[in-house]
Amino acid sequence: MSILVNKDTRVICQGFTGKQGTFHSEQAMAYGTKMVGGVTPGKGGQTHLGLPVFNTVRDAVRETGAGASMLYVPAAYAADGILEAAAAGIRVIACITEGIPVRDMINVKAALRDTGARLIGPNCPGLITPGECKIGIMPGFIHQPGKVGIVSRSGTLTYEAVWQTTQLGLGQSTCVGIGGDPIKGLDFIDCLELFQADPRTEAIVLVGEIGGAAEEAAAEYIRAHVTKPVAGYIAGLTAPKGKRMGHAGAIIAGGQGSAAEKIAALTAAGVVVADSPAGIGAAVAEALRRGRSRDRAA
Amino acid sequence: MPPFWKRPRCYRKGAAVATARRFLQNPTFDQGGTTMNLHEYQAKAVLREHGIATPRGVVIEDAARCADAARDLGGAAWVAKAQVHAGGRGKAGGVKLCRSVDELTAAARDLLGGRLVTHQNAPDGQPVNALLIEETLPIARELYLSLTVDRAAERVGIVASAAGGMDIETVAAETPDRILRETVHPVAGLMDYQGRNLAFGLGLAGEQVGTFVKLLKGCYLIFLERDLALLEINPLVVTEDGRLLPLDCKMGVDDNALYRQKALAEQADLTQIDAKEAEAHAHHVNYIALSGNIGCMVNGAGLAMATMDLIKLCGGQPANFLDVGGGATADSVAEAFRIILADANVRAVLINIFGGIVRCDLIAEGIIQAVRAVGVKVPVVVRLEGTNAEQGRALLANSGLAIIAANDLTEAARRAVEEAAK
Repeated sequence: MSILVNKDTRVICQGFTGKQGTFHSEQAMAYGTKMVGGVTPGKGGQTHLGLPVFNTVRDAVRETGAGASMLYVPAAYAADGILEAAAAGIRVIACITEGIPVRDMINVKAALRDTGARLIGPNCPGLITPGECKIGIMPGFIHQPGKVGIVSRSGTLTYEAVWQTTQLGLGQSTCVGIGGDPIKGLDFIDCLELFQADPRTEAIVLVGEIGGAAEEAAAEYIRAHVTKPVAGYIAGLTAPKGKRMGHAGAIIAGGQGSAAEKIAALTAAGVVVADSPAGIGAAVAEALRRGRSRDRAA
Repeated sequence: MPPFWKRPRCYRKGAAVATARRFLQNPTFDQGGTTMNLHEYQAKAVLREHGIATPRGVVIEDAARCADAARDLGGAAWVAKAQVHAGGRGKAGGVKLCRSVDELTAAARDLLGGRLVTHQNAPDGQPVNALLIEETLPIARELYLSLTVDRAAERVGIVASAAGGMDIETVAAETPDRILRETVHPVAGLMDYQGRNLAFGLGLAGEQVGTFVKLLKGCYLIFLERDLALLEINPLVVTEDGRLLPLDCKMGVDDNALYRQKALAEQADLTQIDAKEAEAHAHHVNYIALSGNIGCMVNGAGLAMATMDLIKLCGGQPANFLDVGGGATADSVAEAFRIILADANVRAVLINIFGGIVRCDLIAEGIIQAVRAVGVKVPVVVRLEGTNAEQGRALLANSGLAIIAANDLTEAARRAVEEAAK
């Protein structure tokens, strides 16, 4: 088991024939992902990387039975691409594209609520179930099938967490890079809920960073609903407090979102928080050793 | 020079950079996503384009224009406001009330061409290239109004308060009941009732309620049509004759939307950004200067912040935040070296690369080339992990250069701290 994607997931790529789409589709196929085709409007009927190209996602879904899509389309067309995938019945949409205007994402999120689709990203490395399905830009070889579920706002910092759990022989069930945009698809809580329900996931790693209040909300969710051991790391502990031009953003977010506040919230929820980015693996091991029950959490 | 939106964009590395930037003392970038800020006079021009009245004003770049400005505006007193991308201008002496043309000219001579240091910007301040000369108003009340993106609600959020003219964060912390909020459903748009909720909550009455609702709806339209990340009016004044006017206005444009906001993009004032950061920007490198002595070069913003944390954990002080980006090349590595070494405080350099798509052997070659070309005089500690890390380490070891290859992240940080302390 795993979350969101596995060896049977049929994956298409939107922006398939572009440079990024081509490179990462090749990488995904080499990793063993069940790629079944791609979409580039106007190039339907062609073959690319040995797979069929479709004009629309609707065609691609009808012909291939795809259930997941990865997007490498330019930012100006990404909102359109996400909603096209959702409308065509794609269930898992990983949008790697960065630089999407926030106004577009407000509308995308509102529209997605009426569909059954799950969006990962945008501006994220994607997601991977090691040994089964890689949808994104992460290096496949650092992963190892195993028991740790990883959810992270950062890119290379995620690789750090992955590599450390691989070196310790723990491996990963699924790793999800949720991205750091202000308005995005899955958040920490969505992933925690999925990992909690996934039998293969025995421990969870949450990698966060300063800003916003997502980690605090995740801590509250963990305290109330997660019985599996959780380890965490928050980047930006030593970043000096900034001086800003306006203040309205912080007010709406409901706090400064400092690393210290986030670490305190997670620790209070029973999460083993690493104080060093090099200590994420050790923190997972410690969390597994301690175990965690609903009683202790409460 | 090409317009701002056509230049290389490195401020688009997502929230990690956005948050790092917000927290790392750059007053020109804030509010969740990365933004391009407008000057007050530019923001007020946008308001007027949408039918929102502003105080009458004239922009000048030369003190000799003061007499004309005063004559055009009329009246017996004027306010000279320094145009910089920072708040706290009043307390810093950047806003001056002048009661004669001579006083106005003196104030303009004093401000123009200088640098204004406020509690919100860099220690050496920002250059004052323009002044907004405005009429004075009989002020009865000062209100606060802002529109931003509410991350939690995933909508445009509105904040209003009767405690205008003050630091809104202090108001929120000390008297949260004085903060009024609404969020806007993207399909329904801003409804009149929401405007009335705020207007009555602000203690407005009579015709002012309708005026406020109209002003707010105008602001919401501007926020959407111009792809803003922030529209802040502080204070929004009620004059003694009952008018509602934005005395100050800040606007930040969503950097990601500049491609479709060309008129705004052309108004970017790069003189307000730190010169070294602007230089880094042009080379796809995210750089923020700090006060320590260990130069950092990392790929990925989150890992870059984590590396800074680790340096401090090991007892050192980072000299900068620097993210060479996911697609680091030999060229960007060399450029990053130049930027780091331009800081005379740097006593050691720590390079931390987790190669994903980027191959470590290529990065190692870039480091070797850069060390040779730039002439690095300080110790360089390198930690390579990920794709082709072994080959990369071998290249460094056989380069004949005094590069210290660390086996893991902690060792790398510790060595860098030791070297910097020597």
